[in-house]
Amino acid sequence: MEQQRVKLLEIEKLRKHFPVKTGFLRKDYVQAVQDVSLYIYKGETLGIVGESGCGKTTLGRTILRLYEPTSGRIVYDGETIYDSEKKIAVKMLPYCRKIQLIFQDPSASLDPRMTVGEIVGEALDIHKLCSGKSERSKRISRLLEDVGLNSEHANRFPHEFSGGQQQRIGIARALAVEPEFIICDEPISALDVSIQSQVINMLEDLQKERGLTYLFIAHDLSVVRHISDRIGVMYLGCLVELAESYELCNTPMHPYTQTLLSAVPLPDPEKNRKRKRILLEGDVPSPLKPPSGCRFHTRCPYAMPICSEKEPVFREHSPGHYAACHKLDMEES
Amino acid sequence: MSEKLLEIKDLKVSFFTPVGEVKAVNGINYTLGHNEVMGIVGESGSGKSVEAYAIMGLLQSPGRIIGGSVMFEGEDITKYDAKQMTDVRGNKISMIFQNPMTCLNPVYTIGDQLVEALTCHNSAISKADAKKRSIEMLDLVGINNAEKRFNQYPHEFSGGMRQRAMIAMALICNPKLLIADEPTTALDVTIQAQIIELMKDLQKKTDMAIVFITHNLGVVAEICDKVTVMYAGHVLEQGAVDDIFYNPQHPYTRGLLQSMPRLDSESHERMIPIEGTPVELLDPPRGCSFGPRCAHCMKICLRNAPPLVEVGENGHVSACWLHVRQAVEQKEAK
Repeated sequence: MEQQRVKLLEIEKLRKHFPVKTGFLRKDYVQAVQDVSLYIYKGETLGIVGESGCGKTTLGRTILRLYEPTSGRIVYDGETIYDSEKKIAVKMLPYCRKIQLIFQDPSASLDPRMTVGEIVGEALDIHKLCSGKSERSKRISRLLEDVGLNSEHANRFPHEFSGGQQQRIGIARALAVEPEFIICDEPISALDVSIQSQVINMLEDLQKERGLTYLFIAHDLSVVRHISDRIGVMYLGCLVELAESYELCNTPMHPYTQTLLSAVPLPDPEKNRKRKRILLEGDVPSPLKPPSGCRFHTRCPYAMPICSEKEPVFREHSPGHYAACHKLDMEES
Repeated sequence: MSEKLLEIKDLKVSFFTPVGEVKAVNGINYTLGHNEVMGIVGESGSGKSVEAYAIMGLLQSPGRIIGGSVMFEGEDITKYDAKQMTDVRGNKISMIFQNPMTCLNPVYTIGDQLVEALTCHNSAISKADAKKRSIEMLDLVGINNAEKRFNQYPHEFSGGMRQRAMIAMALICNPKLLIADEPTTALDVTIQAQIIELMKDLQKKTDMAIVFITHNLGVVAEICDKVTVMYAGHVLEQGAVDDIFYNPQHPYTRGLLQSMPRLDSESHERMIPIEGTPVELLDPPRGCSFGPRCAHCMKICLRNAPPLVEVGENGHVSACWLHVRQAVEQKEAK
């Protein structure tokens, strides 16, 4: 089964550093994404979780090259679209038709002065996907119906809609160019609890109907676990663990994943009373001066001397289960 | 737990906007004893925060309390004038807010702000004592190196630390009641877990009562003894935390619990969402506020608002016509 699956996207040692002024003539770099390597199969959902500032949003945008990567390699569907060593950086416009993005805050990502029809239709115009006006309006109304809105909504403005409906407009816009791959950047975090599940169900339906591939970025582990086939956990710009979602939640290997899982409050009073929590000391260090070696060692309950000296290697510990931790390496050798 | 610390009776709050009256809180009742934690759950616009601001006397124009009472230690504090209220606020009832950065003054040090809270309510205290007490408080909420931190500004604190400082400030006068308005919503999960553990711990140590406002049912299950579920300004269900989670009666509460993805579920089933969109508060539905979105909606639901009916022990009440129908059917069967 594994062999038959096609890798749609592959990234290798992707790095994105943002320059910041730290003084007169002094520049430092925020290491937002640090050597992340992963691949996504066609038709699957890969979830990325992590706390704020761990670089998950930057990762999504760097893949689309909304942020130009600092170094690394991005291969989409067999074609290299970026390679820092071979100095390849292709034009993104044809790929923008294949890769689309859904944003976190629907009210901020929709132009308040454009009608819904214009917002959804803009992408069709850019990629010249419609031959005439009547075809264009037909496609727009079909798209709106696909995401659970009415075709009459095309003439209204974004502010006339509730948060959940606005997010549906954002999804319709992403679907307009018939993409293969959608990066969902916290698509439900700004929505109310009762609306969240509506949008998740819709994303799942659309995936089934159209064979879409998702990169689902969120901070809520229970949501990510529900929607994803595999989950990657990020901490301070690094990918620390990657596994099938069921396996990751039941047998987490990396200490950070373990604490993250134990920190999620369960809607079950009895289980909460019984379970033991692993509480982390302190806060996430600044990505301006990330700790040496393993970036998690300052907060890790199992930190050893080696952890602060050498960066752990991100490697496969059991089939399909990747992690970067010295403790795991030692236990195996 | 015997004595009533806080008793809210039929509290109603409205906002008189240019386009009409918005009934943000439409009759809420509950009592809270010493050492109890009440969770108030609801989506945005359900009136949960407005209710807290009303207790604190912090409602801003055009919001007004238009009915009901808030009995705190046997006295109706909605009748208090501004000066009396100042004595209560921050002293006997304290509040912590969702976003600590907007609630701390950026141009004063954390220490100054803590000392201010203390001297406001206790003019007899000396400067040195106030400082000592503030540092003790910072220590108590788990801020390392409290003496150094005392002289730092809010921007030098991280999000979790700021929330700890806020908690220190709220608790410095030993309040009997703490109102926590989404205190962990702006924080990351690992920090959220720290803050929840801290609040549980402090609550045990100080015997205070907490009104905990949140939209996160997981957090409610962690910390609360009693739960009130609100929707569009109405209380839909109220009861002990175990009853609400294991034996929910109202269709909205059930819907909320079902529509949440759970980390501990074994299956990968499709979620059951609550259909429809949230209520437009300017033009609320006539009958039950949840009626238009309810899967069990009957004719009467769209005409008359349901009363709160007792559905279990320990004050488990729910406002739904289904309970009335069940009761009638049972009676007929007999």
